[in-house]
Amino acid sequence: MTETLLDARGLNCPMPVLRASKRVKELPAGATLRVLTTDPGSVKDFAAFCRQTGNELLESTEGEDGYAFLIRRAG
Amino acid sequence: MSDETGTGSGDNARSLSMIVTKGSLDWAYPPFILATTAAAMGLNVSMFFTFYGLTLLKKKLDTKVTTLGNPAMEMPMLGTHLQMPNMLAALPGASALTTAMMKKVIAGKNIASIEELREAALAADVTLIACQMTMDMFDYGLDDLIDGPELGGAATYIETALESDINLFI
Repeated sequence: MTETLLDARGLNCPMPVLRASKRVKELPAGATLRVLTTDPGSVKDFAAFCRQTGNELLESTEGEDGYAFLIRRAG
Repeated sequence: MSDETGTGSGDNARSLSMIVTKGSLDWAYPPFILATTAAAMGLNVSMFFTFYGLTLLKKKLDTKVTTLGNPAMEMPMLGTHLQMPNMLAALPGASALTTAMMKKVIAGKNIASIEELREAALAADVTLIACQMTMDMFDYGLDDLIDGPELGGAATYIETALESDINLFI
């Protein structure tokens, strides 16, 4: 399955989750979305987003550039 | 149960209802941020705009912020946080100054504008309800508002609130 990338770096709450939500809905079931952010609050936000929407949070990592989340679309 | 995860359709979807009673720049953020985020998380969202909150549905937004009544306001300035004294609000042009400062901080931090968040709410099918009584009281017509809001009264809100999982008074 191809992986889509969403670069949400520089965006503040609530934009990273809003943009990701929109992108995830456009994906076929099982496809993954990698989201990059610089917003520290996004770490808990993406965990909550995935828990509540049933999408799977495969990875949640922190690096020099910010944070990266790998989300698999449920379905 | 719908196939699309997180769209909030179907009987299993949870819901958020809120009454929006204030229309200043600082008070406009919480309702729109919560509404758009809840919608992104699959909730059905309904916002009931009443009193000064109704001004957030106007076609052209012109929200302001003041130091008056906001003793906790501190602005990031000169490398520190400067407390904005309430007295400042008594000076002519103070509100315009505070609003300009706030807008500068918002733009500088790349924070979404109220217009953007409102657009996002509309795109996410958030239900917007304009309080009929407020419209009558302040002589607003539907033409003064953006396209989209329905009209409703207190009973409309009560029923929506009864059926919602989260109810907020903002």
